[in-house]
Order: sequence, then C-alpha cells, then structure tokens
Amino acid sequence: MMELVCPAGTPASLRAAVDAGAHAVYCGFADETNARNFPGLNFSRLELAEGVAYAHARGTKVMVAINTFPRAGEQALWHRAVADAETAGADAVILADLGLIAHAAETHPHLRLHLSVQAAAANPDAINFYARTFGIRRVVLPRVLSVEEITAINREIDVETEVFVFGGLCVMAEGRCSLSSYATGLSPNMNGVCSPASHVAYAEAAGQQEARLGGFLIHRTPKGAPAPYPTLCKGCFTSDDGKGNRQTGHIFEDPASLDATHLIPALQKAGVRALKIEGRQRSRAYVAQVVRAFRAAVEAAGRGEPMPEGLLAKLTEGQAATTGAYAKTWR
Amino acid sequence: MALKPENIMDLTIGPIAFFWTAGQVAEFYRAVAQGPASRVVIGEWVCSKRLPFWQPEIPTAVNCLLAAGKEVALSTLALITLKRERRQTEDLLDTGLPVEIADLSALHHLPEGAPFWVGPTVNVYNEGTLDWLARRGATRICLPPELPLASVAKLAAAGRAAGVAVEVWGHGRAPLAISGRCYHARLHDRAKDSCQFVCAEDPDGRTVETLDGRRFLTVNGVQTLGHAHTTVAGQIAALEAAGVSSIRLSPQTGDFTALTGFYADLLASPRPDAQEALRRLMPGAELAQGFLDGRAGVAGA
Repeated sequence: MMELVCPAGTPASLRAAVDAGAHAVYCGFADETNARNFPGLNFSRLELAEGVAYAHARGTKVMVAINTFPRAGEQALWHRAVADAETAGADAVILADLGLIAHAAETHPHLRLHLSVQAAAANPDAINFYARTFGIRRVVLPRVLSVEEITAINREIDVETEVFVFGGLCVMAEGRCSLSSYATGLSPNMNGVCSPASHVAYAEAAGQQEARLGGFLIHRTPKGAPAPYPTLCKGCFTSDDGKGNRQTGHIFEDPASLDATHLIPALQKAGVRALKIEGRQRSRAYVAQVVRAFRAAVEAAGRGEPMPEGLLAKLTEGQAATTGAYAKTWR
Repeated sequence: MALKPENIMDLTIGPIAFFWTAGQVAEFYRAVAQGPASRVVIGEWVCSKRLPFWQPEIPTAVNCLLAAGKEVALSTLALITLKRERRQTEDLLDTGLPVEIADLSALHHLPEGAPFWVGPTVNVYNEGTLDWLARRGATRICLPPELPLASVAKLAAAGRAAGVAVEVWGHGRAPLAISGRCYHARLHDRAKDSCQFVCAEDPDGRTVETLDGRRFLTVNGVQTLGHAHTTVAGQIAALEAAGVSSIRLSPQTGDFTALTGFYADLLASPRPDAQEALRRLMPGAELAQGFLDGRAGVAGA
C-alpha cells in the first residue's frame, strides 16, 4: 500500500490525522524554518516531542519540514531545527536548501533525509545527484510533472518518490518562485509565506468586491459571491497582445485546488511510494475528513479496486479542482 | 592623488531570456563583443523548443566574443525536465567552455572539481550553500534577485573567502518564476506542445496588467518576470562596499549598447543622479530596486 502523508499544522491536527489513519504526518517548527510560517500554526520543541510520542504509540511516522532557505548569517536557526527534530525522535526531516542538506548529511548521519518539493528536483539527474551526494532517501516531486514523466523518473532512480494528491496547488516550480516577494517583500523561500494575509486588502467599489495583494488589484467579484483568496499565481489579470486584443482572466491558473484522487491507481502503477496531502493551515476537522477518505482510497488502490465514488464531494463542493501537471494537456 | 578603490566591479551580460530571431541574436552579440562587458553568458535559458532556431548562431557568437577578449560561459536551461533537455545539458560540458548552471541537476553531469558558474535561478541564499558549491568547483555565482543587501554582503564575504566571485542581478526584468506550463501558449488558448512559438511575437515578453490597468508582470513562455526593470544603478557604491565583484545586465531590445555603456560609466564613476540618467535612457520604463533594499521587489527608488 502507498504511504499516506498528512498535514499537521497544530498538535490537535496531528492527533486528528493519526486517529483518522495517516501513515505519516508532517509538521514544522513555529518559525521561519518551514514553508507554512503562519501565525498560530506549527510546533514548539515540547509539542513536537509529545506529537512524536502520540504518533509512534499508534504506528504513525512524523516528518519535520525544515524547507525554507536559511538566511545568510543566521544558518544556526536552521541547523538547530534539524538537530532538535532528530532529538524529538522525528522519522525524517524534509529539506530544500543545498547547504542545509549538506550540513544534515554530515552532522546527522543517522537522520533520514527527504528532499522537499521546494528543492524542485524535476528530473532523474537532480534526484540522483541528491541521492548519491547526500544519501537522500525520498524525494517529494515538484508539481510540474505528468504521470508519464513520474513513471519514467521512477525507472531511473533508486530512492522513493512522494507526490501531492490533494490541496493547494503551486503552478510554478516550487522553491523557485519570487512572485510573492516581488509584490509584498515576503517570499516562500526566505520567510516561509506566499501572498501573505498581512498584505491582503479587501474593498468594495461599484457593487463589486475587490481584493488586492501588496496593493495590486487581482480579484474582482460580484458582491455576495464567494471571493477567492488573492494568491498571486491564481489572480485575475489583463494582457494585451499588442494588436488591440485584450484578454482578462486567470493567466497563470484558475483559483483551483489540486485533486488527483482518480489518478491514485495510475500513480501507484507509476511506482510512487507515498501520497501527500497539502494543508497544514487547515482545521483539524478538515484534516480528519480528508485523511479518512484518502486512507480508504489508498487501501482500495492497494487491493486493485476502483477509487470510491464521491470520496471528497463535501470538501470540494463549490470549488474548482484540477489534476494540474499530472495531465500533460495542463501545460 | 585619488585613492584606488578596494573593489572595482565589472559587467556580465546574462543569457537572452526571450525568443529572438537568429539574426537578432547575431547582431546583438556582435555589438556586445565591441562593448565594455567583461564576460558573457550565452545559451537557451528558458525553453528548449526555441533552441534549434538560433543554435547555429552560438559558435559564431562565442568565437566573436572570445576574440574580443570576453570570458564566455554557456548557460543551461533554468528548468530541465525532458530527456532531450538532459542530453543537451550533458552536451554543453563537451564544448570545453565553462558552463553556467541554471538548474542544480546539471551538477549530476559535471565531473567533480571541474570549474563552473552558477546562475541567478539557482537557490544560493546562504554561506553553507555557497561554500558547498565552491568546494564542488563553482568559481562565479550570480545571486538570486530577491536577496536583500544584508544577505548579498554576507555572501560576497563568504565568496571572497572561498575564492568565488559573487555577482548580482544588475539590470533587467527580474526572473521571478518558472513553470511546467507555458503562459504564452495559454494566452493563445494553446498547450505548450502546440505553442506555434507565439512567444516570438514579444521580444521583451508580454505585459501582464492588474485589473485596474497597472503594468505588473511579464510573461515569457514558461518564465514569469517582473514588468519593471530591476536596476542597481542607485546602489552601486553599496554593492562595491559589500564586495560584490560584478553586476549582471539582462539582454533587452532597444539600445542595449547605450545601456551597457551607461553601466560601464557608472562603475567607473558613480553619480548621485544615476536613476534619473537611466530614466532618460529608457523613457517610460518603470524602474525597481526593492529587492536589494529588503522591500517588495517591485518598489522603485
């Protein structure tokens, strides 16, 4: 059976995910060392140790994401995070920065290293480089690859692959995007945030709701209609082809989230070891529901049965969903 | 008698980001060869589908640049996924010229200890990464554009200690993101595989505006850039003091010879009105310097 890797933004979510049947949970420390550095989220050292104890007692693994890029002059904060994750009993750390990976491989030889999606290792050469140089055991694949490409990659590498199946969707190669810092000064790589709420402003004009990020108007919806969060790459923009044809729309991606549920059997066949659910910022009720549904799905896939119908109907109701780059036509 | 400054920066010309015709490319490098830049990085940086259209110009341009005394390196793609792209990366290593890696996967092909350069789309954010790359053979690193001056200074110092020349994004639309999806093709309701090379219609990329008409981003095939021209014209003294060894100019249409000359003069004698002078050279262009200031990258002077 494929391993189900589930988000734990808080100790309560961790317990909810474990109870709902997660094979593994991933979480981060409450600082800039992880890519979900949001107020009210993440773990203290003590909370992590308690979370590991709770998870291990129930046969669930805990992975700690330390997947931002250490700031020059302040690498000690990231080094300490790796050491503390090992001390707390984490089963693996999820890293993105080359220098931090080198440090972890050298000073924590018994710690299992996973390559974060933020490292954007998008071909077998990149993965083999990290595996042979640093002993990386698993790679989380960037969301720029089709299922066919994932199959081909698995044939050329010796380490495990993990892919996202549900939740928020990056349309750019992860860890290589500065759109957020261009507009707001805060970036996923440096600060662990993307299109941060601190830079979002809503207003009403001419019966419309307007949403701005860093002062840039990127959503306009009729009053009363659901307004999507103004994430830059899912914003609405206008572009002129220089010949008088103006287009307005979601030039990069619609405000859709990833749902690759029906691709689970294909991903299993492609040799994928683990399926990852995005959403450390989501509520524990949401986490419990999604984890239960996906546990049923990976079990069905393991038995060679079709995916249960209407698996997540309630959760995705009214929201656009996409299979993203897994379908080659997405490009 | 004037004191000799401790650190004199020079100019690097980055790879052409956009899809230019073979003729435009040839003309561009003929002019660069006669200009004041010390080194040039050449090669397809964004989309492998474009390469066959201008690849034959590369050897001619390289010879012309070498004959003019420039250092030359060949750039890899910024995002390598296809088998063909991996092979192309490997082939670059057989040319005998230095390679500038724009995607870390190129390291898999580089023999241990062979010298190489590192481009701005590789994540070098800290001393640990810089030192590791230096030990692996890196001799030059152009830092990611989003880094603030405080980080640049620390990395330039680490570079000096490790024997690596540290360069910053000096002028041009900053590369902000790269994707599996082609946004140029998407704007024409096409997929990447059937793009019909529509990005060739926009030799400086296609402008993306906000809903209230502010020019904001630039689409260049699978790459997204800022719309404003990032410039360090107002920060030359600070970069020099920080120990940065070179600033990178990114090719654009218009009078690039004049632009290169402007920066060469600026490096020789910094002037307080540099930004105003640059504005006169590029009327109507928006200039940004926020990244280096530690503000939003789009922020102006």
